[in-house]
Parts: sequence; C-alpha cells; structure tokens
Amino acid sequence: MLDASEGYTTEDGRKIGGVVMEMKNITLRFGGVVAIKDISFDIRQGEIRAIIGPNGAGKSSMLNVISGFYHPQEGEVWYQGARRPQMKPYEVARQGIARTFQNIALFEGMTVLDNVMTGRIRQMKAGLLSQAIWKGKAEREETLNREVVEKVIDFLEIQHIRKTPVGRLPYGLKKRVELARALAAEPSILLLDEPMAGMNVEEKEDMSRFILDVNDEFGTTIALIEHDMGVVMDLSDRVVVMDYGKKIGDGTPDEVRRNQDVIDAYLGVAHD
Amino acid sequence: MAQPSQATDGMDSVPALLQRNATRFADKSAYREKEYGIWQCWTWAEAEKEIEALALGLINLGVNEGDFIAIIGQNRPHFYWAMVAAQSVGAIPVPLYQDAAAPEMAYVMDHCGARFAIVQDQEQVDKLIEVQEGLHQLEHMIYVDPRGLRKYDHHKLHRFIDIQEQGRAAYHEWIEDLKARRGRLTYNSVCVMLYTSGTTGKPKGVVLSNRNIIEASKSSSEFDKLTTDEEVLAYLPMAWVGDFIFSIGQAYWCGFCVNCPESPETMQTDLREIGPTYYFAPPRVFETQLTNVMIRMEDAGRVKKWLFDHFMAHARRVGPSILDGKPVSGMDRLKYALGNLFIYGPLKDTLGLGRVRVGYTAGEAIGPEIFDFYRSLGINLKQLYGQTEASVFITLQPDGEVRSDTVGVPAPGVEIKISDTGEVFYRSAGTFEYYYKNPESTASTKDADGWVATGDAGFFEEGSGHLRIIDRAKDVGKMADGRLFAPKYVENKLKFYPNILEAVVFGNGRNACSAFINIDLTAVGNWAERNNIGYASYQELAGHPSVLETIKAHVEEVNRSLADDPMLSHCQVHRFLVLHKELDADDGEMTRTRKVRRSVISEKFDDLLTALYDGSSEIYTTTEVTYEDGRKGAISATLKIVDAKVAPVAAAHKVAAE
Repeated sequence: MLDASEGYTTEDGRKIGGVVMEMKNITLRFGGVVAIKDISFDIRQGEIRAIIGPNGAGKSSMLNVISGFYHPQEGEVWYQGARRPQMKPYEVARQGIARTFQNIALFEGMTVLDNVMTGRIRQMKAGLLSQAIWKGKAEREETLNREVVEKVIDFLEIQHIRKTPVGRLPYGLKKRVELARALAAEPSILLLDEPMAGMNVEEKEDMSRFILDVNDEFGTTIALIEHDMGVVMDLSDRVVVMDYGKKIGDGTPDEVRRNQDVIDAYLGVAHD
Repeated sequence: MAQPSQATDGMDSVPALLQRNATRFADKSAYREKEYGIWQCWTWAEAEKEIEALALGLINLGVNEGDFIAIIGQNRPHFYWAMVAAQSVGAIPVPLYQDAAAPEMAYVMDHCGARFAIVQDQEQVDKLIEVQEGLHQLEHMIYVDPRGLRKYDHHKLHRFIDIQEQGRAAYHEWIEDLKARRGRLTYNSVCVMLYTSGTTGKPKGVVLSNRNIIEASKSSSEFDKLTTDEEVLAYLPMAWVGDFIFSIGQAYWCGFCVNCPESPETMQTDLREIGPTYYFAPPRVFETQLTNVMIRMEDAGRVKKWLFDHFMAHARRVGPSILDGKPVSGMDRLKYALGNLFIYGPLKDTLGLGRVRVGYTAGEAIGPEIFDFYRSLGINLKQLYGQTEASVFITLQPDGEVRSDTVGVPAPGVEIKISDTGEVFYRSAGTFEYYYKNPESTASTKDADGWVATGDAGFFEEGSGHLRIIDRAKDVGKMADGRLFAPKYVENKLKFYPNILEAVVFGNGRNACSAFINIDLTAVGNWAERNNIGYASYQELAGHPSVLETIKAHVEEVNRSLADDPMLSHCQVHRFLVLHKELDADDGEMTRTRKVRRSVISEKFDDLLTALYDGSSEIYTTTEVTYEDGRKGAISATLKIVDAKVAPVAAAHKVAAE
C-alpha cells in the first residue's frame, strides 16, 4: 500500500520521493476531549509538508503523534514501510526523527556549541569509563561529532555565537540554535513546531531561507506547523489544514488557498 | 624621476613572486582561514598548487590574456588565489566591493567588460543575474559557496573546486600554455584594476602595473622592516587598494601569512586568536574598539574602574615616550611595567593587539585621544597617507616620530610638492598607469612628468618635515566674508566624541557654519540604558531632548577649541540638527569606504539645510531609504534645530582679559 517508489519533481526542480510516513485514520482523545478526529495524510521523502489551522485545531497534537510522544487511541502510523508500534520518544528519535519546540527547549546555561553537541547524543556510543578518561573511542567519537556540529554551525551562520551561553541570546537566534541541534542529529524527518512564532519580518525571512536550504542541501524531509500563512504558502510543497481536530483540506498551497472550507475556517462564516 | 625598469632578481610579477615563495618558503604558512571552528592552513607550496589548478581551469574555460575577471567576495584565501590565478593566465583581476548593490555593480562590470566573475555565494550570483541583461560581455560565473545554487542553470555557472578539478585533469594539455603566459608577464603588465570609491561622480578604474605594486610593496616593507614572520588579518574589503597591498603585495614580497576570519561577525575573536604582528585599520575600527572598552569599563566594579583609570592616566603620561624611546624616569618605567602586567597587557590581548609590532591607520583623520590611547598602551600605531592612485603609500610616519596631527614624511621613493594653491602633488614608482577608458581624467590627474594631484590641501610642517593635511582641496572653501572654510577639520573635531558617529558641516559661501550630526547608536544607546531612557528606534533616540542636550554640549566644546585656532575660529558651528537616519552607503550618502558625499547630502537634505539657515526651530521631513536588498522605503520625522553657543574668538578674548 505504500508506494515508496513513486515520486514527482517540483516546479523548481527538486525531486520528491515516495511516501515515508503515513497517518491512517488517526484519532487522539484526552479523556472526553477529542483532539484529533479520524485524520489521514502522508509525508513524502524530501518534501516540506506543512500543517496549518486556527488556534486549538490540534496541530501540535498531530506533531506529537508524528514524533511518537502521543500514541493515538485509534488509527495507525506507518513509517518507512512498517507499522509503528507504541514507542517511547527516545525510540522515535533513534529512527531519525528530530524536532524543535514551540517554546524553546535549550539548556540556557550551556554554550551554543554544547547545546548543538547534545543533538549528537544518539551517535555517542563510547562507554562511561572511556568517556571519563577521554581516550580512544570517546575522543575519536567527539572529534567526528564535533565535525558534524561545526558544519551545521557554519550552515546556519552562528559561528559568532559558538561560545556564547544560550541564555544571553536573543529569541530569533535561540530558535536558530534549536534548529541547529535538531540538524546535528542528521534526521531523516525534521519536525518544526512554529519555527517563526514571535519573530520579526527579517528573522522570519532568515529562518525561511534556512528551512529551504536545509531541505535543498541535505534532502531532509520537513514537517512544520506554522501560523503565518504567507510563510507557509511560500515554503511548503503540500499543506494539511486542520480545524477542530478534523482535516478540512490537503494539497498544494494553491489548492488549499482555493478550498472553501479553509477560507471559512480562517475568515469565519456567517451562521444563518 | 627615473622609473625602475628592471625588477629585483627577476621578480617582475606577482605570479613570479609566488613561484619564488613556493620554493623558498615551501613549508611555511601562506594562508590561514578559520572554517568549521578550526584554522585551516595552506603552505606556500600548497597555495601555489591551488592557484595553478585554478589558473589551468581558467584557461580550460577559455580565459584569454587581457580579459578582465571580476572578483566579488569577502576575504577568503580562494579570492586571493583567484586574483593571482587571473594574473598567471594574463588576465586582469578586478576586485569589487561585495556589499555593493546590483546597479552599482552593473556599472563597474559593464565599464571593465568582464567576461568572467569569480564570486562568493548565491547572493552575489543573484545580483549579477539581476543585472545580466545589460552586461553583454559577461560569460561565466564561478562561485565558491554552492549553498542554494543547486537549482540554478549551470551552463554558465561553475563551482570553484570544479574549475580547479578540471584544471588538474587538463594539466598536460594546458601547463605549457600557462608557463608561456606567465613568462610573458613583465614589470609593465597590468597587475590589478581597482575602482576608486569616488566621493564625486562615477567610480574610476585605476590600472596598477606589476611595477607599481611590487615597488610600493618592496619599499614600504623595507621601511617598516617587515619579515617573513609577520601575521596579518585580512578583513578589509578586497576591492580596496590597502588590502591588495597588504594581503598580496607585501605578503608575496615578504612571504608572510595572510589570515582570513571565519565571518565578519567573528572578526574580533579571530583577531585575538591570531594576534597579528602587522595590523591595519581605518580610524573607525579603533574608535569602535575604544568605545567598546569604555562602555565595558563603565559597567565594571569600582575597584577595577579605579585601577583602570589610574593606570591609564599614567600610561597617557609616559606610554608614548617609552614607545618612542625617549628618556623616562626609572620610577615611571617601573610603574608602567606594573601597569603592563595588570592592565595594559590583558587589555591589549583582549583587543587582539598584544603582538602588534607595526600598526597603521589611514583614510580619515584619527582623534588625538584615540590615537594616544593606543600608543600609550604600547601599541606602535602610526599614520600613513595614501590613495589608490599611489598604490597606497605617499607619506608614512617613521618609528619614533609619530604624532596624531601629521601624516608623516614622504614614503621611500616618493617625491612630494605643494602647489601654489596648497594642493599636494606626488610622484613615485607606485604611481598608477592610467584610468581605464578615461583619458580625460588621467590627463587631469597625472601630468606628463608623472606628478599626480591628490586633491588634498596640505603643507609641510617646518622643522619636522612632516606633511599635514588640512582637507580635501575641493572642500576647502570660502565663507561669505572670504575667510577659509575647512569643513573636514571641524567634522573631525566633532567626530572625536564617542557619541557622534558622523558630522557634516556646511558654511561654504555662507556667513556662519552649521552641521548635520549622526549619533553613535552604541555609545548613546548604552548611555540611554544607564540613565533609564527608553527608546524604540534610532530615530526616537536621535530626537530625544537629553541626547540633543549632550550633543549641544559637545558642539559648544568644539566651538571653544576652534576659538583658539586663529585660522579657523570663524568656523564655529552656530546651529545644528541631529539626523533621523544614519548616513549610509546604500543611500549614496557615503562612499563604500565611508567618506561623506557632501554634494549628495546637501542636495538630498536640502529642506533641512534651508531650515538651518532660515531660523526655524524645527522641521518636518521625509527621506527615502534603501534597504540592503535594494528595496526602497521612506522615513519621516520632525527634527529639532538647536542653536549652539559660539565662543568668543581667542585673540579678542585675550585682549579683553588683559
């Protein structure tokens, strides 16, 4: 059922591959509250997939289902051609899914470099003893990991704050550091929870460029939640629109923009 | 003056110097660049291989002798290699300012008719694509950083390392051709073409030959006894003649190492890590550094602040004398040594200037307080006077004869004369060949005997033989009553206050002087923070009554000091206003090297200028601004015009006092 072979090429010449993740009839409840109701959609290899919707639509819940933090009561999550069982979040991360948070979750007292290094935790396999005496495997590993981290730092242009404690950085840069940490894990799917929230126009432009560059340069599949419609429409290949836990639209930005349900949800509709 | 027609030891071109260095200093570092958090290093031998590969690749791509190759990027080893590779194949490198907007770039690209461009990244590629329509000659672009360029049409777009790879692959095919081309280079062949920023009119392409560059590099290196062990940090624009002389001319002549910072933002950290021994910076950089130090000291604890003030006062008193080797009492020396241990040394290290043996500043006048601050720390900061047309050097200050108000004695091999009108003329081996495609300007600047008009008014000081520059010759004017008007002199006095970033003084043909002032956001912003003054924008801070009060106090202080100068006492500033925007090169108000364009400013802010003289107390104005990406917007503000007290002229004052 997963046509992993099928793909398409976007207008600007990027190759979009087959389906890597599929949500099938997901329903998520918190007690009596239904956060997500019978939603299905897929994410393809190499695409930028956006989830949008008004406040309380269930977007963040959806992202948490993708990341494996929430386990839906009904429905199935298929990832890389296999049905995913209920997992702990670190097990999800081991599958190559990294994320950023709506409310920045960095170690404020640590430097940017150290924060980004924590993104490599999955690749550190040296034992406690070896780490403590700093010889052999631990040292080699650190060198390799540092190299990856430095490339990410270079890519996101945060060299000048490499040794600055995160607590001293402005908001826009913290967001960038979070993205750096997620990238350091070399994820195959990157989940971004409102990457532009609270940013000014310039910071938004920078962040958009970084998201596009990450996708273009590393071929990373990106799923993002965003409020700013302009940004979403410019960035994404396909958009899922949610309202009150239901999917009301799914398609390219143009299709979504013309969808009457979407227009109603965003602009309101007169009840007669 | 006889032009040296023969080069020393057959070193008659930069590529020839490269070959020499690759053999003589094979294992010595030639280039370092911080990348991925580590200083990456290339020895002279390795650099020669990189340049050779690129040169072969360029031949392979179809570069002919005499072609122009535009080079647009930040200081990176790749672009220095690109310049020398271009020279090796007989082409002429034309470095451009990488922060220039697309239309500016279009003019220069079209003027030189570059067939090739070697650029840094997507930003520069985009700019050239934007103006490509008008550029019929441009054929190929080579970029260093591939990021974001994957989707571009690659028919005429190539990656730097790919060109090098193709060059290596076609080694046997082209190496004989490359050697032949290198062999045809002489002392007379063109080494580089640099566009002058031009305070007036369109930029002019200054053609400099190998003789110009090598002779100027050689004599200046000897003057300051530069050796192969110097370390320099290359961070100034590559399109500027100074960088070409320091990072290519002198570096190749002496064989020293050029270090490139990781990014412009990390410059200060990188400077500290490298600890250059030979350092050049325009006054503005020194000013900014000093302002930062002072701001941080304001926030320091009381004991530290007291120690700093106490020892700095001592350094100001004896530091310069110790540096110049003049007699200083043993006790003072001991105290200075103590200060060096606890204050000066750590401070110099923080500034990244701990190892500086020779430091230069030029381009603008430097405030005496700023100059003395660095010298009192024991940093051998000197001034030089030069211009693109001279391959930099016209005058230099010898060690031990350093002062803030002169620019030194004629550089070795440079002759200077002062015309009847007071304008400074020079001729030297470094004197440029001609302005490209502009014989009229060439003729009006350089006469048949090789004398070049600098456009600056100045005089030789009696006794010391040092040259003093008063102002740009064309800016020196007359007031309505016929007395001398020297705006720059007054502006510099104003700019020496940390709160004032820029000042433009008017008064030519008028009966009193007035000024536009730009506040320094760092200094004034810090002051506002400490005094609990809230502000939302530059504009709001600039118009704050307390800020105006402070600036007024500065202006009045300048007026008092001007009153003591019999020549310029009438140039006191009667009225001024604080501008609502920073003067900016993107808006054409300044050159890329940050010199104010007087005519543009007085035209653009004509309404403000009128208000300065018609007695009004405030004025509403709207100004067009250009953002970095080329888009335009407008800002409007109501500006207060402030009357400043004028000090009584000293002579009269003295009479009255007696």
